[in-house]
Amino acid sequence: MSQQTGHYYVPAPSTYPVIGSTALLFMGFGAALTMNKMELGYGLLAIGFAILIYMCFRWFGTVAAESESGKYGLDVDKSFRWGMTWFIFSEVMFFAAFFGALYYMRVLSVPWLADESQVLGQSFWGAYEGGWPTTGPGEHAAFTPMGAWGLPAINTLILLTSGVTVTYAHWALKEGRRDALKKWMLATVFLGALFIGLQGYEYVHAYNDLNLRLDTGAYGSTFFMLTGFHGFHVTLGTIMLLVIYFRCAAGHFTPERHFGFEGVAWYWHFVDVVWLGLFIFVYLL
Amino acid sequence: MAAVHGDVHGHGHDDHHPTGIMRWVTTTNHKDIGSMYLWFSLTMFFTGGFLAMGIRAELFQPGIQILEPELFNSFTTLHGLIMVFGAIMPAFVGFANWQIPMMVGAPDMAFARMNNWSFWLLIPAALLLVSSFFVPGGAAAGGWTFYPPLSAQGGLGVDMMLFAVHILGASSIMGAINIITTVLNMRAPGMTLMKMPMFVWTWLITAYLLVLAMPVLAGVVTMLITDRHFGTSFFNAAGGGDPVLFQHIFWFFGHPEVYIMILPAFGIVSEIIPTFSRKPLFGYSSMVYATASIAILSCIVWAHHMFTAGMPTVGQLFFMYATMLIAVPTAVKVFNWTATMWKGEMTFETPMLFAIGFIFLFVIGGFSGVICAIVPIDIQVQDTYYVIAHFHYVLVSGALFALFGGAYYWLPKWTGHMYDETLGKWHFWLSMIFFNMAFFVQHFLGLAGMPRRIPDYALQFADFNMISSIGAFGFGLTQLLFVYIVIKCIRSKEPAPEKPWDGAKTLEWTHLPTPAPYHSFETPPVVK
Repeated sequence: MSQQTGHYYVPAPSTYPVIGSTALLFMGFGAALTMNKMELGYGLLAIGFAILIYMCFRWFGTVAAESESGKYGLDVDKSFRWGMTWFIFSEVMFFAAFFGALYYMRVLSVPWLADESQVLGQSFWGAYEGGWPTTGPGEHAAFTPMGAWGLPAINTLILLTSGVTVTYAHWALKEGRRDALKKWMLATVFLGALFIGLQGYEYVHAYNDLNLRLDTGAYGSTFFMLTGFHGFHVTLGTIMLLVIYFRCAAGHFTPERHFGFEGVAWYWHFVDVVWLGLFIFVYLL
Repeated sequence: MAAVHGDVHGHGHDDHHPTGIMRWVTTTNHKDIGSMYLWFSLTMFFTGGFLAMGIRAELFQPGIQILEPELFNSFTTLHGLIMVFGAIMPAFVGFANWQIPMMVGAPDMAFARMNNWSFWLLIPAALLLVSSFFVPGGAAAGGWTFYPPLSAQGGLGVDMMLFAVHILGASSIMGAINIITTVLNMRAPGMTLMKMPMFVWTWLITAYLLVLAMPVLAGVVTMLITDRHFGTSFFNAAGGGDPVLFQHIFWFFGHPEVYIMILPAFGIVSEIIPTFSRKPLFGYSSMVYATASIAILSCIVWAHHMFTAGMPTVGQLFFMYATMLIAVPTAVKVFNWTATMWKGEMTFETPMLFAIGFIFLFVIGGFSGVICAIVPIDIQVQDTYYVIAHFHYVLVSGALFALFGGAYYWLPKWTGHMYDETLGKWHFWLSMIFFNMAFFVQHFLGLAGMPRRIPDYALQFADFNMISSIGAFGFGLTQLLFVYIVIKCIRSKEPAPEKPWDGAKTLEWTHLPTPAPYHSFETPPVVK
């Protein structure tokens, strides 16, 4: 593991990091002001996003160019693998916080609120049935929970299929079949986009027909925050897949060396696994 | 490890980098970035220290003197946040940046550009935190742990604080991934995991804790933001949530965080003590296993911060015993340090003084920690000055003393000049005396029932508070001496000896000249 030979590539001084920090400066202040309904915030937020997108474009572009010009030895490749692994672990922990909140509410706080021996809660809000899904004991409009066997089940199939197509693309890449590689990548991107589209449709349906909203108590909070962050990650993953598609089309990657592809594939599988957790614990149970 | 300077030749030829401000803005050099981290944390240390002085000035005598209660609350809140996220954590990352590549024989950090970003993200976060004092409604005032429902109220300042925490978390995660990758992938040939210096081991485990804990903090901050602004009910009982849920998630981050701030300190002390005892570290492998055990246990003890928040008795018992169990690996470390010194040819230069001071005072903090872990006692001392005393013993005389010791230990290697030994000793002894004056009496205040985070107190607490405030002022002033010593050291004309510490055994002392060249180990050394 520690046997390294030759030169480890240390990049030259770069302005991208400080550009990214400038973006976060605008976005941090912008978001804080926006949340407090101050006009200035929207502008700052927009500028911040623009700078961040510019930075991502340039920085990732530079990395891709460095990679293609053969600056990255096997050691650097291994570093990228470790880095991506731990990044995905950090993402797992982020979702774990929200899953933890979901379990806590379902198993602990909602039953406690419905417990008649807990005098305080009862006298505060009157009789409360508890159970799941729930809006909690306070005043809330009635709603219909999201069923599992409509769109969510289809979306599960779509994501699982996209995991298969990205693997076919990987096999094609390793066997040097570039046309098949591009086709399977495009299929994966299409499935990712389809998932996002259907998820968006489901949200519209929830708001318009089910009266299920972000502020629909414990159920609405966990439903939208978990599926929302997952959808955000699918969106990022789809963009990443699209970038990889264009890199494949531009002739990047070799059958032996293609960590850019693999890293995105790992990420895509991670998004897939999170969805399975969501399907079981948010939709099904 | 043979002391070969052979690979020094050929360095210095490609030191090309932008000059002036752009050198620091664009740098991908781990030493430059390490220096920036250290200067940043020193700046934040004095910012947070200014707030501490404000708190102690208000508490100098009973009654409301200089800070209105609301502003006092903002002072305690931001003092905690700035010291934890702005001073202690970045200081350890600064040490990691400077030392880890040199100690494992790597040319730089694994991701040099991302390393720069990790640092520069601190600046927007610090600006958000500090400027929140000057916005309508003032800075966050709900305590550094920002529990709802208090933190669900408050205005713009609270949101600025929350987004600052988000940015700091991103910076920490990137820094941690960088460190893990560097340690796992860039060690010199022959340096197996169990040959790594203890400082590198402690940082590897700390980085793992960071990747585990910081995303959870990001999650809970996000929930708080959506509860505040988008109508979610995570921490709102009316919607089926629970404010206590916040405490669970926060402390799932918060308790590993405690060890994030102390494990690298253990690492620094584990480098200093063998050097000045002129003996190898006693029980190296047990040190590694003890560090790992502490890290694992730290993930299953979080609810000991919440014994009074309401919890089934079984839960209280579990968290009490799990917490007390941490005393075992910690004691392994303390006994190992003591055994390292046993029959060693000890000398007492400033780094060693800080390391020994660390052991004495950290053990006091550790014991008061065990006391706090006992549920029936904790119910008495919860939210009193006893808790303040406890965690300042582990954070100031623990983490901070180790940082000072490490700074004196490596300043010659970093700057090429010796620091002023006499002034260093003054810095240590004044810190030692004033620290204990400021915080030891707070144990008594807490046991007598003085609550934390309140700007006024009953007359019976007056004497101890005055003593504590005088100690705090003295401690604060003493730290100006540290700045003077560092600047004097950097500006000194006199070169430091090539190896000022004859007992030092790690690569940066045995394989690199003093001062360390801008680029080191472009060809890895061979470790035997």
